[in-house]
Amino acid sequence: MKLTLRIWRQSDREARGKMVSYKLDDVSADMSFLEVLDVLNEQLTTAGEEPVAFDHDCREGICGACGMVINGVAHGPQKLTTACQLHMRHFKDGDTIDVEPWRARAFPVVKDLVVDRGAFDKIIQAGGYISAPTGSAPDAHATPVPKPAADAAFEAAACIGCGACVAACPNGSAMLFTAAKVAHLGALPQGQPERASRAAAMLHAHDEADFGGCTNAGECTAVCPKGIPLTVIGSLNHDILGSTIRGR
Amino acid sequence: MTYPGEFFVDGDPIADTKAPDGPLAERWTKRRSTGRLVNPANRRRLDVIVVGSGLAGGSAAATLGELGYRVRCYCYQDSPRRAHSIAAQGGINAAKNYRNDGDSVERLFHDTIKGGDFRSRESNVYRLAEVSVEIIDQCVAQGVPFAREYGGLLDTRSFGGAQVSRTFYARGQTGQQLLLGAYQALERQVNAGTVQMHTRHEMLDLIVVDGRARGIVVRDLETGAVTVDLADAVVLASGGYGNVFHLSTNAKGCNVTASWRAHRKGALFANPAFTQIHPTCIPVSGDHQSKLTLMSESLRNDGRVWVPSSAGDTRSPADIPEDERDYFLERRYPAYGNLVPRDIASRATKAVCDDGRGVGPGGRGVYLDFADALQRLGRPAIEERYGNLFEMYERITGDDPYVTPMRIYPAVHYTMGGLWVDYDLSSTIPGLFVIGEANFSDHGANRLGASALMQGLADGYFVLPNTIGAYLADGPFQKLTPKHPDVAAARSGVTDRVQKLLSIDGDRSVDSFHRELGKIMWEYCGMERTDAGLRKAIELIRSLRDEFWTRVKVPGTGAELNQSLERAGRVADFFELAELMCIDALHRGESCGGHFRAESQTPDGEAMRQDDEFSYVAAWEFASPPVLHKEHLTFEYETPSQRSYS
Repeated sequence: MKLTLRIWRQSDREARGKMVSYKLDDVSADMSFLEVLDVLNEQLTTAGEEPVAFDHDCREGICGACGMVINGVAHGPQKLTTACQLHMRHFKDGDTIDVEPWRARAFPVVKDLVVDRGAFDKIIQAGGYISAPTGSAPDAHATPVPKPAADAAFEAAACIGCGACVAACPNGSAMLFTAAKVAHLGALPQGQPERASRAAAMLHAHDEADFGGCTNAGECTAVCPKGIPLTVIGSLNHDILGSTIRGR
Repeated sequence: MTYPGEFFVDGDPIADTKAPDGPLAERWTKRRSTGRLVNPANRRRLDVIVVGSGLAGGSAAATLGELGYRVRCYCYQDSPRRAHSIAAQGGINAAKNYRNDGDSVERLFHDTIKGGDFRSRESNVYRLAEVSVEIIDQCVAQGVPFAREYGGLLDTRSFGGAQVSRTFYARGQTGQQLLLGAYQALERQVNAGTVQMHTRHEMLDLIVVDGRARGIVVRDLETGAVTVDLADAVVLASGGYGNVFHLSTNAKGCNVTASWRAHRKGALFANPAFTQIHPTCIPVSGDHQSKLTLMSESLRNDGRVWVPSSAGDTRSPADIPEDERDYFLERRYPAYGNLVPRDIASRATKAVCDDGRGVGPGGRGVYLDFADALQRLGRPAIEERYGNLFEMYERITGDDPYVTPMRIYPAVHYTMGGLWVDYDLSSTIPGLFVIGEANFSDHGANRLGASALMQGLADGYFVLPNTIGAYLADGPFQKLTPKHPDVAAARSGVTDRVQKLLSIDGDRSVDSFHRELGKIMWEYCGMERTDAGLRKAIELIRSLRDEFWTRVKVPGTGAELNQSLERAGRVADFFELAELMCIDALHRGESCGGHFRAESQTPDGEAMRQDDEFSYVAAWEFASPPVLHKEHLTFEYETPSQRSYS
């Protein structure tokens, strides 16, 4: 199929960017979206132009590196799918496709489609863990975990940290990301001792990093490639309330 | 059947692996209880660099930080959480014997030695099995959400044909959950100030001063700045080199550069030819293909592998009657059927495709059919077991495996070879330690399923933090500055190379070279290797490498985010590695594990080991030609036997 890609080009953090059009003549329906960018970059390179920079790594939807807004939707039109797993059979011959980086105050554009998501790491640093230094663990069966709790923890832990939730949120909030980790660790018995302080510290780091507040728009969960449910934000609110009552 | 003189020369054998003596089961305890310690107050004055943030690097950096060392950790990704360990699906082995099914440390040790086709070191493997038990405890304490039974206890499954159920898992995302556990422990130490994390930085050389590894040269991938970081020890946890084949299940960024640069500085590289080809991957769909996707091995528990009985049968699978199908694994290996080990399934698949009986585009694929299982167990049961995998398959191929059989083909998945390390995980350069897939230890010529995660975490959480102390007890070492001649030379070597790559300004992209190199490797150094093929490959690689250095086009500059430049440096190192892999494969005239030499097979086409001649680790010294140092393997507790699965 033939496609026109309109891609955001920006040479560095300070530069002004703009949309640039590129035509591709021979796109196969079996290609992934990123493979189309590969083909474009091959063309650009041979023509002596600068290829489009984009983050990607595993290309199987689990590392969370790739992320771009495709026709206005984070990761594109297919539900529960990262850009790397989006295949061209979901597009039509002759389509024009807009490709933009994540847009959020807390995610500055580094170059073209590459953004700086370092703020996510800062949120985890603030408390997104259980303090269990190596060697200090009791036997794994010392504390049984009810299966529903284990399953709830797993569902929240499936977050890949791609940042689509932030890109989709009208407020540029990272509440779904933050809450997913709070819900994961808070569902487990091992996570109880630090539960309230964790939520408070992570929320504080979230706000410090210039993410916006949550107004329950729900755009985040709609684009989340792992289907993290909005209910995790309820868990976060619960834990924040607990931390307020306990004065931490 | 070795060829010294032509492609390599023989060097001195490796005399000592530094393993403690005494009974096997007591060696690790002995090392831990007699190794030298570093006073906690002194740890604060010792700098350790960790390169890579996957299961091995992330867990090591976190643990060294907890111990109080000053740690700096580097990764090329934008966050340590993205390291490729994250993509591991199946599970992690541990000899917990929670099932009371007869598992034990001894049995896991035995299975690993046998699975590795008797090409690994007993002391190391025993320690791995021993430590496996602690890993599960550690991960559970961190909040890793392993699958559980209704009683709240951990669930396990049997994996890769093991007779015991010792594989712990978190749905099909075990690697992700274990990595996030290590990542969170790492970020906790960042918060505590013991670890400094440097993302989007790539190690481009090792700094060796007075015979010790003393630091690294790194390039900031965003700004292009080339700087040096000096320390008392360097830990490489930079993963495997499967991407030398261009198409593999590795992440696009996985590369050999950190290991190869260390190799060029004197670290021996062991068994580079030992690569693992995984039988169940989604086949290549066209020339645009950028990577291959693994479908979990667990699918072979219920799927039946078949091809049409006659070549050139292009009917759709539903139109091929039962008696015109060849269930070739069940036919050739009646005892194990579809569950034969990875290397055997892969070769059998290649053989039927070479016969012209492969299916799908290009005839490189075989069916993995769930029709029988769907009939026997019903769709809900299959959905429960494999739902996410079926979805992933459909997303990529557009075919629904509940209706049409999956198509699969083998792909490069893991590399058992890597930098040579002794019992303490020290390379041949004092102060340079190598952990995880980047080292060669533990898996011999073939890795068992669910053992990569085990080894990465064993090395990072438990082994290295205990063994590195004995080395650091002699530190801090002489204070160095970037002006030291050896440091400055390493740095200018890197900047010169970057300039060289940019200045060629040819007419071919980096990717086009990588693709061509990958084809050579897959054809001649893939599932089946021959004397003639490997000689040809060496010739082809050399000429392609010369072409690369005259015709490659790297657009842009060195002072910016330049992904073409990053790839160019990695591909340049892959060329050098590729040649060594072929030399290693050529010199090892036997078949063993994932290394199949067509000249060394049994009458019925199975791999034939030759213990009299090849019971050693081939550790290569960088030189022209390379120098082979043999570490002879001795088996005090296991008796090497020929594997048999028919």
